[in-house]
Amino acid sequence: MIKRSQLQAEDAVARELVPAGDYYMKVVKAGQTVRILDLEGNQAADTLFYNANDPSERYSAMDTIREQGNVYLTAGTKLISNEGNVMLEIVADTCGRHDTLGGACATESNTVRYAHDKKCMHACRDSWMLAVAENDHFGMSKRDITHNINFFMNVPVTAEGGLTFADGISAAGKYVELRAEMDVIVLISNCPQLNNPCNGYNPTPIEVLIWN
Amino acid sequence: MTESELLYTDRLSGGCHWSLHVRRGTSLRLIDIEGGANVAMLFYNPENLLERYNAPDTLKCQHTFKLTTGNCLYSDMGRIFCSIVADTVGWHETVCGNTTKTMVAKKWGEHNYQQHRNEWYQNGYNSFLVELAKYGLGKRDMAANVNFFSKVEVNDEGNLQYVADHSKPDDYVELRFEMDTLVMMHTCPHPLNPASDYPRKPIWYEIRQAAEVTGDDICLNSRPENARGFQNNHLYHLGHGDCEHD
Repeated sequence: MIKRSQLQAEDAVARELVPAGDYYMKVVKAGQTVRILDLEGNQAADTLFYNANDPSERYSAMDTIREQGNVYLTAGTKLISNEGNVMLEIVADTCGRHDTLGGACATESNTVRYAHDKKCMHACRDSWMLAVAENDHFGMSKRDITHNINFFMNVPVTAEGGLTFADGISAAGKYVELRAEMDVIVLISNCPQLNNPCNGYNPTPIEVLIWN
Repeated sequence: MTESELLYTDRLSGGCHWSLHVRRGTSLRLIDIEGGANVAMLFYNPENLLERYNAPDTLKCQHTFKLTTGNCLYSDMGRIFCSIVADTVGWHETVCGNTTKTMVAKKWGEHNYQQHRNEWYQNGYNSFLVELAKYGLGKRDMAANVNFFSKVEVNDEGNLQYVADHSKPDDYVELRFEMDTLVMMHTCPHPLNPASDYPRKPIWYEIRQAAEVTGDDICLNSRPENARGFQNNHLYHLGHGDCEHD
């Protein structure tokens, strides 16, 4: 569902450009709104959320899709934690559909998906491994890296039970905006994948904006 | 596939949980006794508990939303825990997770242990927590699980539809283990099961010596990705003996 935001970029309390291949790991407070902006189009933002006061509570793809009865995320979707609590709600979305089935790329799964000689190509999970290593004040490790959201990514399920990786439906300037219902750690890998159409084979920067 | 020697068989009542260390080269057959069973399962590498079943990798590596014969169940490290070598059901789902205590109480009423003893209504989430804790694992380690025997369809708009009466009496699915694996399982109802009474569906499980993986193996050949997955397992077992076939 397409829903535009009334928030103005000049009123944001924080703005950060995240190049492809980098991570973003910051706390967004309850009541704040965070926007992820696809600056150049067709970019995948692989995202995880954690309760900032207890990261063992985290975004749960299974609970979110089961409770809303739909596999795609868009405006109105409540992101549910593994404890059954609403962590954030998608309050604006100019893309219309986001994936939470396909997970993130990892160097190891790249060997399976593409070829063994691609194993050292950069991947989202490597960005997350560096994120948890460089931010040890959150007390997180590999066991906390779970089943994520792929903002701006289009992964349609067929009636026969197939999974297709369609070309992105995002475009330059499209965004998704979430209001935090609890203090959350936002952990994004701006996807570096060069082997599939999730980034249009051209990984580009995103911007993260926060409003009070 | 030829029927191999039966090493062990056991019955699990509905609404129960258990865990097993299953060895590479053995197969685990799950049999739905009455029809309508649900067997939720998670997989971990006993040598490195941080390596665990990864539903997204399993689905995207094989471009599938459902699991059935020919599919491999992948770890987050690009290896195959087990392959589905036989399946009379045709669709097992891996994205809907578990019932919780609150959900069970709301759907079917609260049946605690004090009043109902072992006829209490257990829930999937706590069942996994109990089994995970036996190996030093907890809720941080609980990944998206498989729900064997359960089918959830998705329409063009993305809406989920639970398919009732999907699995019939004597339906079965057989997993051949491609590496040593800690298997956590429970037989609590599927979280989308609309039954008016708590569905308590028993299963048999059988462990066999698996036939050797041959060059024409259905799981090895169902997708080029799986051939590379088997290569990753081969690398993992280098120098470990009896794994020369792959």
